[in-house]
Amino acid sequence: MTAPAASFRSSPRVAIEPALLPWCALIALTALCLVLKTDFPWLVTFPKEWTLPLAAGVNAVTDAVVTVVQPAFRALSAALEAPMRGARLVLVWLPWPAVMLAVAALALKSSGIRLAVFALLALTYILLAGYWPQSMSTLSLVLLAVPISTVLGFALGVLGHTRPGLRPVLLGALDLMQTVPAFAYLIPLLLLFGFGPVVGLIASAIYATPPMVRNTLLGLDRVPSDISEAGLMSGCTRRQQFWHVEVPTALPQILVGFNQTTMAALSMVIVAAIIGGFEDIGWEVLSSMRKAEFGQSILSGLVIALLAILIDRLTIGFAKARPAGPTAAMTWMTDRRLAIVLALAAALAIAIRLLWPNETLLPATGLRMQVGGINQWLLGLVRDCAWFFDGLRDGVLYCLLLPLRIGISGAAVPAIWGFTLSPTANATYAVAVLLACALLLHRFNWRPALALLVAGTLLYTGFLGFPWPVFILGIALLAFQVAGLRLALFAVAGFLLILVNGLWGALVQSLYLCTLAVLLCLVIGGALGVWAAYSERVSRILKPVCDALQTMPQFVFLIPALMFFKVGEFTALIAIMLYAIVPPIRYVEHGLRHVRADVVEAVEQMGATPVQTLFQAKLPLALPVVMLGLNQTIMAALSMLAIAALVGTRDLGQAVYVALGKADAGMGLIAGLSIAFLAILADRLIQAAVAGRATT
Amino acid sequence: MTAAPIKLACRNVWKVYGRRPAYYFDSRGYIIEPDALAERLRSEAHLPAVVDATFEVATGEIFVIMGLSGSGKSTLVRCLSRLVEPSAGEILLDGQDLLKATGKELIELRRHAMGMVFQNFGLLPHLTILGNVAFPLKIQGRPEKEREARAREMIALVGLEGREASFPHQLSGGQQQRVGIARSLAVGPELWFLDEPFSALDPLIRRQMQDEFLRLQRMLKKTIVFITHDMAEAFRLADRLAIMRAGKIVQIGRPADIVLNPADDYVAQFTEDMPLLRVIKAGDLATSLNGSAVPEESVAAGASLEELIPRLASGVRAFSVPGEGAGPPALLTAGAVLAVLEREQTRRTRS
Repeated sequence: MTAPAASFRSSPRVAIEPALLPWCALIALTALCLVLKTDFPWLVTFPKEWTLPLAAGVNAVTDAVVTVVQPAFRALSAALEAPMRGARLVLVWLPWPAVMLAVAALALKSSGIRLAVFALLALTYILLAGYWPQSMSTLSLVLLAVPISTVLGFALGVLGHTRPGLRPVLLGALDLMQTVPAFAYLIPLLLLFGFGPVVGLIASAIYATPPMVRNTLLGLDRVPSDISEAGLMSGCTRRQQFWHVEVPTALPQILVGFNQTTMAALSMVIVAAIIGGFEDIGWEVLSSMRKAEFGQSILSGLVIALLAILIDRLTIGFAKARPAGPTAAMTWMTDRRLAIVLALAAALAIAIRLLWPNETLLPATGLRMQVGGINQWLLGLVRDCAWFFDGLRDGVLYCLLLPLRIGISGAAVPAIWGFTLSPTANATYAVAVLLACALLLHRFNWRPALALLVAGTLLYTGFLGFPWPVFILGIALLAFQVAGLRLALFAVAGFLLILVNGLWGALVQSLYLCTLAVLLCLVIGGALGVWAAYSERVSRILKPVCDALQTMPQFVFLIPALMFFKVGEFTALIAIMLYAIVPPIRYVEHGLRHVRADVVEAVEQMGATPVQTLFQAKLPLALPVVMLGLNQTIMAALSMLAIAALVGTRDLGQAVYVALGKADAGMGLIAGLSIAFLAILADRLIQAAVAGRATT
Repeated sequence: MTAAPIKLACRNVWKVYGRRPAYYFDSRGYIIEPDALAERLRSEAHLPAVVDATFEVATGEIFVIMGLSGSGKSTLVRCLSRLVEPSAGEILLDGQDLLKATGKELIELRRHAMGMVFQNFGLLPHLTILGNVAFPLKIQGRPEKEREARAREMIALVGLEGREASFPHQLSGGQQQRVGIARSLAVGPELWFLDEPFSALDPLIRRQMQDEFLRLQRMLKKTIVFITHDMAEAFRLADRLAIMRAGKIVQIGRPADIVLNPADDYVAQFTEDMPLLRVIKAGDLATSLNGSAVPEESVAAGASLEELIPRLASGVRAFSVPGEGAGPPALLTAGAVLAVLEREQTRRTRS
C-alpha cells in the first residue's frame, strides 16, 4: 500500500500525544463555559460596555488627515475626471457599426472566427436590448482603469523580482488589496476624492493591480536559468538582459496577468456603480434590482455577462497560444490587415458622424422598453414555482442555517421546529456524538475525533451560542500547532480587535454563513469534480459552465438568487455558493486526473475496487490539490460576503455596507479589515497544513 | 603533454554557499589545507560546491570535467565564466585574471571571447531560429544584414538550413541543441563552454551529436571545457579529463592515464567498465626507439589498441608510431599491447 494511504490507518493503539493535551484542557474549559453561561452571559455575548471606540478614533484621525490632504486628491480627481469623461464621450460618440467592425477584427486576430461571431452576436444583443450607451460608459471606465493597473502592477512586480527584500511587504500589501472588500476602501476614497465616478475608477485600479503584480513576479521568477544564463553569456547588459531576455520569456505569464487584471477591473467597475453617477451598466442592474424589475435586471445582467465573456476570451486569446496552432482566420488577420481594418472602422465612424450628425443610430425601442411583459412572465414563473423555491429555502433555512446559527438547543423550540428537546433527546445526542468520536479515535487518530467533537458541540450550541473565549483559544491553538507561534498570535490579535470593536456578532454571522457555504460547495462541487474526473462527457459539459461562472463579475450572481428566493440570508448563501463552487469542481477534477498513474496502477493491481481506489489512493494523493481548491473556495466565499450584503445579511459584509451608506470610514475599514483578517488567517492555516503534509 | 600555450588556467578556485562564505577566505599569507577547510565548512553549515579546483586548458584542447550529479562540475564551469562568482581563487584567461574584470569588461569578454551551450538549450521561446542564433550579435548592436548573414552561416554549419523561420518549440531536442551550438559559435569565440550539452537527448541522438561535435571541433579548433556525467561520452571526446567528487577534482589526466593509473579507489570503481583497449591509444603506450630499427608496420598515434588486434594476430611484433610534426617515430611493441589485454582480463574476472 502506498504511504499516504497507509497513514490513514495508523496504529490502533492510542497513546496520549503531547499535542493532544492542550485540547483536553480546552474541552474542559468549553464544558465549564457552557455550564456557567446562564450565570455569566458575557461568556457568550461580548458585553457592549467592554468595547472600545476605535472606529470613532479612526474617524477622527481620517477626518484630520482628509482635511489636510483633500485638496491634493481633489485635484487628482479633477485631473482624472477629464480623461474619463473624454473616454466616455469618445466611446459613446463612436457609432455602433464602427465598434462592431473593430471588435470583430480584434476577435478574429485573437482567437479566430468563432470568437468573432460571438462578439458580433453579443454586441448585437447589447444594441437590441437597449444598453449600448451604458455598456460604453462601463467600457470607458475599464479602458482607463486597466492601463493604470497594468503599468502599476508591472512596475511593482519588477520591483518585487529585483528586490527580494521587499517581497514580504509587497505580498502582504497584495493580500490586503485583494481581501479587504472594495466597499471598505470606497469610503476613504469617497472622503478623499469626493463623490463621483472617479472613485469607482480608482477603486477598480486598486482592486485590479494585484493579479498583474503576482503574474509579473511569477513570470519573471520562472524564467528558466538556462535561458537567463544564455542571455548573460551572450553579453547582455542588465537592461538588455531584462528587456530582451527576461520580459519576452515571461510574457505569456504577464499576459495572463493582463487578462486577470482586465476581468478584475470590469468586476469592480460594476460593483463601484453603487456610488452611482456614471450611468453605466452596473447602475442599471442595481437600480432595476432595487425596484424588483427582474426582467430588466436579467437583461442588463446578461449584458454584463456577455461583456465579461467577450473581454476575457479576447484578452486570453492574445495571452495563450492555441495548442493546435493558430486557425486559418488568425493567420489571415496579420498585424497589417488588423491595422487596415481598424483604420477603416475609424474612417467609418467619422463618415457616419459627418453624414448623420444628429442621429443616435440606436434602435428606438430596445428590449428593455418592452420588458413589462417579461417582468410579468418572470413574476408569474416565480409565483408558479414558489412552492418549490420556498420549500427549498425553508428546508435549508430550518434544517441547516438556523441550527448552525443558534444551535439545536436554540432551534428546537415550538416556534421553529414545533417541538422542544426532552432531556432524553439531549442525552441521546450527547451519547451519539461521543460514541462517534470514540469510533473515529479507534479507527484513525485523535484529530478527526476532536474535529467531530467540536462540530457536535457547535451544532448543539450554534455559532452564536458558542463561548467566545473558547473559540479564540481554539483557533489560536490550531494555528499554533499547524503553523507556529506567529500565526497563533496573529489570530488572537485579530479576534481581539474584532471583539473590542463590538463586531463579534457580525463575525459569528459571517463565519457561520461562510462555513456553511464552503461546506456545501465542497460537498456539491467535490461530487461534481469526482464525476467529471471519471466521465469525459460531464467534464466537457462542466468546463464551459465553470469558465462562465468564473468570468462573471460577482454582482451578477445576486440576480437569480434574488429573483427566486427574495431578500434574506438564504439568498446570500445561494449567491455565495454560485460564486464559490467553481474551485472545488476544478481542483478536485484536476487533482484526481493528475494522480500519479503508477500509484493508481499499483493499487488496482492489488485488487482494489474502484471505490477503494478512489478513497484509499486517489483522494489522499490528490489532497494537496484539493486543499488548494478549499483555500480558493474560502477566499471566494469571503470576498462575496461584502457583495451579498446587498441582499440582506447581518454579517461583517453588512457592517461594511452600512458604513458605506453612512460614510463611516472607521467602521467600514475595521469591518473590512476583519474580513481580510479572516481570509488571510484561513489562507495561512491551509498553506501551513499543506506544507506540513508535504514535509512529513 | 601538448606544447600548445595555456588558454585558460584555474587556480585554487573555491565556491562556497552559506551564510558568510567570505569569512573563510579573508585572511592571507597562510596556505589553506583544502580537505580540512572543506570539512570545517561542512560542519559549520556551509556547502563547499567547488573545493580548491586547479587545472589548465591548452589552446585547441577538449578538456572534459566529469562527475556525478551534485559533484560541483556545473558550478565549476559557471565559475569559469563568472555566471557564478567564485568565493576564492584565480581564473586566468590568456594570463588575465577574470575575477578582477569589471562588469563592463566581463560583458565585453562574454560578447567576444566565450560561448556557452546549456543542458536545456536555453533558447529564447519568442525568437525564431534565425533570431536566436543572431541574438548575441543583436545584443552587440551589429547591423541587421551582417548578423543575419552570420546567423545563416552558423545555421548551415550545424545543418539546419531551411528551419530558420521555425520557433524553438517546433524543433526536436537534438535540433534545438544544434541551434544552441550555432548561437554559441555565432560571435566566433575562442573559448567554448559546453554544460552537459547532450544529456537531455536520447542515446542515439546523443551519439550523432557527439560525432557532429567532433567534426565541428576538427574544423574550428576551439578551446573547450566540456561538462558531462556520462563516462562513455567523457572518454570518447576528451583530450584530457578531470574527475570531480564532492566538489573536489580527484584526478586530471589523459583518458589512458586515468584508466591505467586511477588515483584512488573511487576513480578505479568509476572507470571499471571502460574497455581499456578502446580507451588506450597507440600513442599512449609508445616508447622511444632507443636506437633500435624502425619497424616496418606503422600505426597512427590516435588508433585504439582494439584496431591493432587483427594485425597482432597476423604476427606483427612491433609497430612504429609517427611522432608529432617532424619528431622521430616511437616504438609500440606487441608485448605492451598484450600486457593491457591481460590487465583487462584480470579486471573482468575480478568483477
